[in-house]
Amino acid sequence: MSEVETEREMIERLRAGDKSACAQCVEQHASGVYRLALRMLGDEAEAEDVVQETFLSAFKAIDSFEWRSGLKTWLYRIATNAALMRLRRKTPLAVSVELPEEDGAETVPTQLFDWCCLPENDFATSEAKTELEAAIRELPEKLRAVFVLRELEGLSGEETAQTLGVSIENVKTRLHRARLWLRERLSGYFTELARSHEEG
Amino acid sequence: MEEHHCQHLLGELSAYVEGEASEALCAEIREHLAGCENCRAVVDTLNKTIQLYHTLPQPDLSDGARQRLYRTLNLEALLKP
Repeated sequence: MSEVETEREMIERLRAGDKSACAQCVEQHASGVYRLALRMLGDEAEAEDVVQETFLSAFKAIDSFEWRSGLKTWLYRIATNAALMRLRRKTPLAVSVELPEEDGAETVPTQLFDWCCLPENDFATSEAKTELEAAIRELPEKLRAVFVLRELEGLSGEETAQTLGVSIENVKTRLHRARLWLRERLSGYFTELARSHEEG
Repeated sequence: MEEHHCQHLLGELSAYVEGEASEALCAEIREHLAGCENCRAVVDTLNKTIQLYHTLPQPDLSDGARQRLYRTLNLEALLKP
């Protein structure tokens, strides 16, 4: 049976209220939905709430699933909207996937020290990983959604565009800006580390 | 990053790091990088940044969170250990 046929059968079983299909759907997608929510919100308890909301909403609204995208993309769309709603409640003016491109993220490089050739050990420390996790959490929200879906969850450009309801060009632009933003943010930490090696 | 060529490179960098740039553009970028230390630093550290976040550990739902999810969805009977 092809992937499309398998998914079609799964949707039909979900529509029929088949609980084993619900459990199968949870097993297949809950981890991804959780990672997405956690990267978006930076809080385990809130991410868990988003996972619950996502599957409750999805199973309730499964009759409205329209086959324009895959089940995973549809679930990620529900989860992304739930996460963005939570962020909007925290900072009402800062979050919208529709904000103009020039708003919210300066990406012209100002950090020009080449830290890429630091010893590999320096990149593998828990401090370096913590710095990277913090940088991702600090990404402007409209860049973060694209970045998490595309780069951390591995959705294609088209799937990411469908999930967020934006164009593929928009996804490419935001992903590039997110990468530049993270580079700039990490450069502060790694440049300081490199200079401390020089002084030491 | 004030020179025209540097700004041009920055605009084309996305396609370059994705491996989607044409051969002609790649050659143009490589030529520029050979003579521009600042842009070389940006490209090197951008590639390193991408490499770093691709090696981040993947967090997963805890057992407790998974149990609560099944309970919320009335699927407890189907929860496998």
